[in-house]
Amino acid sequence: MATLAGAQTTPYAGANAWRVILEWLTTVDHKKIGIMYLWTAGAFGLVGMAFSLVMRTELAQTGTIISAETYNSIFTMHGSVMIFLFLLPVGAAFMNYSMPLQIGALDMAFPRINALSFWIFLFGGVLLTLSFAAEGGTASAGWTAYPPVTLDTASNAEPPGAGMDMWLVGVILLGQASIFGSINFLVTIFKMRAPGMTMWRLPLFTWTTLVTGLLILLSTPVLAAALVLGFIDRNGAEGAFFDPAAGGQPLLWQNLFWFYSHPAVYIMILPAMGIVSDVFGVFTRRPVFGYRSMVLALVAIGLLGFIVWAHHMFTTGGVFLPFFMGATFLIAVPTGVKMFNWIATMWRGSNIFPTAMLFSVGFLMLFLIGGITGVFHAAVPVDFALHDTYFVVGHFHYTMSIAATFGFLAGCYYWFPKMFGKFMNEGLGKLHFWLLFIGVNLVFFTQLMLGLDGMPRRINDYADNPGWELMNMLITIGAFVSAAGMMVFLYNVFYSLKWGERAGSDPWEGTTLEWATTSPPPAHNFDSLPEIRSERPLFDLRFGERLQDDPHYHVNGNGHGNGAGGVKTPSASAREEG
Amino acid sequence: MAAGTLPQRRVHPVRSFLVGDEPMTTGLWGIIFFIFSEIMFFAGLIAAMLALHSDTLFWEPTNGAHRVEGDHVLPILFTILLVSTSIPMQFAAFAIRKGNRRAMLINMSIVLVVGTAFIINQYFEWSHAGFGISDGPYAATFYTLTGFHGAHVIGGLLFIFAQWLRGLLGHFDAKRNTAIEAATLYWHFVGFVWLLVIFPLVFFLS
Repeated sequence: MATLAGAQTTPYAGANAWRVILEWLTTVDHKKIGIMYLWTAGAFGLVGMAFSLVMRTELAQTGTIISAETYNSIFTMHGSVMIFLFLLPVGAAFMNYSMPLQIGALDMAFPRINALSFWIFLFGGVLLTLSFAAEGGTASAGWTAYPPVTLDTASNAEPPGAGMDMWLVGVILLGQASIFGSINFLVTIFKMRAPGMTMWRLPLFTWTTLVTGLLILLSTPVLAAALVLGFIDRNGAEGAFFDPAAGGQPLLWQNLFWFYSHPAVYIMILPAMGIVSDVFGVFTRRPVFGYRSMVLALVAIGLLGFIVWAHHMFTTGGVFLPFFMGATFLIAVPTGVKMFNWIATMWRGSNIFPTAMLFSVGFLMLFLIGGITGVFHAAVPVDFALHDTYFVVGHFHYTMSIAATFGFLAGCYYWFPKMFGKFMNEGLGKLHFWLLFIGVNLVFFTQLMLGLDGMPRRINDYADNPGWELMNMLITIGAFVSAAGMMVFLYNVFYSLKWGERAGSDPWEGTTLEWATTSPPPAHNFDSLPEIRSERPLFDLRFGERLQDDPHYHVNGNGHGNGAGGVKTPSASAREEG
Repeated sequence: MAAGTLPQRRVHPVRSFLVGDEPMTTGLWGIIFFIFSEIMFFAGLIAAMLALHSDTLFWEPTNGAHRVEGDHVLPILFTILLVSTSIPMQFAAFAIRKGNRRAMLINMSIVLVVGTAFIINQYFEWSHAGFGISDGPYAATFYTLTGFHGAHVIGGLLFIFAQWLRGLLGHFDAKRNTAIEAATLYWHFVGFVWLLVIFPLVFFLS
């Protein structure tokens, strides 16, 4: 195979430094844009983590170090930065980098719009961060920005300053970047697949990209509507939309906001689920159990995600409780299917545990705790008791924040050799995993217990109730242990870029198409593609001939679909020649 | 598969009407997804309008301004005009699918003239509204919705104008006409959304 043995060349050998910079600034290559997303989002993630350490230092003991205003500003920016500038763009980074490779495409459908997305994202992110310099400081209404605390009308005693407007405009820009990105992902998947790559042969990460793209496409514009209404409300309309004193409705904001922000948690977690599925498919040395049920569960999660937004508003008294409770319970079913399939994939697999696999198993554990506490919340009576306590904070960090981060870290370790042609250091990787895994469980499991004990969220000081100081101290220790883990990761990235062990085209014996090209891939991605007759084309390439007569071997890996045992079906031949 | 031939492609008549019989290009797919996102954006704004109207004592402009019955004539006239420009726009698409660039340009000219007239009327409506954006929920929704819609009309007109200039330069033929198909779909969307925006705005204030 020429593609597997392609010579490694350094693309910038001898090039002028300015030329390299100019090339990155003007690139429309999906791989470079993906890597730029990754670096930018990683930098913002460190900023968000620094905010969390400030909060944990404040809360370690009773008494205050920073003022309540500063604390409000810090937790608002922690949430906003982590969600809009870390979790969403890291997902976009992997979707940008890996999805076109996985479907055997040359690039995205609209490379220039792809670059535009990245630059709009960067500009929006900078605007959001620059609000620290604004008069009156940053937005400080929480990342959910509920009116009337966001308004500057008479009904708000302490109206926020320009920072709030910068937040609103910044998030509009980030949303626009997401929408352009999602259009690109969807058209790429629908139109740019290599011959033979049918929908039922898409790798699971590509399927998650598709469903995530649809979620972004249909939910983000509703957030944009809410944000422009909020902006007009502050600049001209004088509260006519959201201020009850002027005839507006605060609940209108909440409905519009959560119509986006509930699907948004799936936008964050689904790409992580896709990465984990691909990682299991490689390191268990088995096909992922129940490929089709995985895809159907994914689609079901996406659909249900649109009809449960009001479960964030149970205590407002303005929503129809039974429907949203029932719909939220239903989501546990497809999620359970996925959970079962991942465990069944590992069951009797020839499992090996490099760092990427460790993070995937860690993902399962964290997501299990997060998912089950989510079912607690879906029950209205329980939610009434736990609303706005640290139990909620523990729950959503376990699911969309930490589980998603574990999935993305698995993706980092898994695709790093493809992106840079070098392995990440496994020893440092394992140290990173254990520090982070112990740290985050110390933080968030303790937060669950603290929440059951009734500690409210979003406060900068608390009463000296029995056990609270101890638990808060444990959380703070956990936060610093996690941060130490992330420092190990940061060191590992730079160490491995410089001294990492060289990786060939296919260091993990992968099964999907991105491993069929060199590491890093050439600008045009593939010199030639292997035949695609299942969702594991590289497995077929490696073992197909040997397993030709094995009755247990089906060419499409899971015994479904057209043809088995390497027999090319008429429709497949037509596609390849047509 | 040297001897075999692929079966004849069958195109659904609705699809044939909307985007022609040729395979859809990536650009066309892109604009369709973009229109879906725009629909959701206006769905958010219109939902806000309906919610604010259904549940408020403050709906009418707080400065006491009222639109009188006779004021409905111009909005209805221009609504009919804007929505009916979908017809020449579709004819422009039909024309270029047959390779008739001249008929395409003439039809697009009609769209450009009527669309510009619509925007001028919008300016007239705004300057004679009798209330400002800060005069309560009706006033705020009025300016927000007609403003965002107007921005989309202007965007659509600029896009059509750019394609009109390209047509003058000799671009587009029966095979290569994605931009015209895209402009047509977008223009249908702009007209359709106007119906959803304008009827509640006009008739909720009686």
